[in-house]
Amino acid sequence: MSFDAAYEALTDHDDDARWAYGTGFTDPLAGVDSAVPPGVDRGDLTAYCLALGDDALIMSHRLQQWVTRAPELEDELALANIALDLLGQARLLLSRAAEVEDAGRDEDALAYLRDAAEFRNVRLVERADADFAHLVARLLVFATWRLALLDGLSASADPVLAAIGAKGVKEVTYHRDYAARWVVRLGDGTEISHARMQAAIDAVTPLIDELFRPDQIELRLAAGPAVGSAAGPAAGPAAGPVAVDPSTLRSEFDAVWSQVLEAATLRAAGLAPDGAELRGSGRDGLHTAELTGILAELQGVARSLPGGVW
Amino acid sequence: MTAAAVAARVTDPELPMLTLADLGILRRVDESGDGVVVTITPTYSGCPAMRTIQDDLTDALHGAGYARVEVRTVLSPAWSTDWITPAGRDKLVAAGISPPGAAPRRASGPVPLTLVPRRRAIGCPQCGHPDTEEIAAFSATACRSLRRCPVCREPFEHVKEI
Repeated sequence: MSFDAAYEALTDHDDDARWAYGTGFTDPLAGVDSAVPPGVDRGDLTAYCLALGDDALIMSHRLQQWVTRAPELEDELALANIALDLLGQARLLLSRAAEVEDAGRDEDALAYLRDAAEFRNVRLVERADADFAHLVARLLVFATWRLALLDGLSASADPVLAAIGAKGVKEVTYHRDYAARWVVRLGDGTEISHARMQAAIDAVTPLIDELFRPDQIELRLAAGPAVGSAAGPAAGPAAGPVAVDPSTLRSEFDAVWSQVLEAATLRAAGLAPDGAELRGSGRDGLHTAELTGILAELQGVARSLPGGVW
Repeated sequence: MTAAAVAARVTDPELPMLTLADLGILRRVDESGDGVVVTITPTYSGCPAMRTIQDDLTDALHGAGYARVEVRTVLSPAWSTDWITPAGRDKLVAAGISPPGAAPRRASGPVPLTLVPRRRAIGCPQCGHPDTEEIAAFSATACRSLRRCPVCREPFEHVKEI
């Protein structure tokens, strides 16, 4: 390839589609059976897929911001790979949301063309990391919570959510191990690394409670379709719960959290939030100002060049 | 050549020494007249090669005379490294990449946390030393970890078990 024509060489394919936003990236659910289980409210299922997809999308974006800033090359690769796994989960979930919504929007429209108040991610994923210790503390909380959630989701009555859950469990198992090992390495390290790791644990702790507070949509979907629903017994096999009630995941989270903190010689921070974290939830569209900054970066190109192709 | 044979010969873009069949991501090939439906499964949710694999399958089957080609995705059951064939494992070794061991089996209950990398005897693909150390659980792609041999000091990639 000649460097005089580097850009021409890059686009010297008959399948340019992969190079740009809005040029027909493959629907990651292409060919997957799109039926919605009988008795399940489409609006609820759309909102649920959107919430879980937004968690993965925003966390992935925050991780991507660490690329070129990590302490070692190996960590650049690890963070980029974790971000890529989560981006893949986000694409599957947003595609499922779009498919169930059936309103003409696709995964790109959901990712790039919604405003901050329409995002349903938990606020934990928005937080900017003050240093690497803050990042691994936040990633440990996120991965521990999400691993339990995806594991529960693998038994969902919605076959697409069940498949996304079962696949994601394998990936997030590695994410959690990565974060936990760094928390132990820094916590059980030098005096300085210990102090900074403890500060990070203290900073992330107030954000934990929100993860386990179910909203009405999660509760309705976790209860499963109403008995004697209009669909009736002829509509197919009896469907169980579609969603996971996050409050049921707390004990598994607490066990892992204590195990890591103990190995890291760190103490659990007291739950004395300043109050702000207790009010509302990202699931209701209540976000920190930090989400606006993320979206400005994430959506800038797509919004300034709608449908842009190059 | 049958459509199944054509599809089975398409190689993976990230691990070009392996065919899609070696890698275990080719799930079904259904032929009807001049049409083919190929069903594949992603290795990881975010695998960026899926689009290229789809294009490569379509090109190969068009080239073999099949006019209508559709590539479908299945997510379940989730791909496991156990699906890499014995021939695929031999090709990895020949390329200096350490093949995966058996995928972890989980009893019921929560996924166990692994704070210290499990000590497993993974041999060095360069010098054959039987025991090597993990440098990083992630490397050039999500599916490979980076290891090092304590004797010849060569780093190498290991396809990690999922």
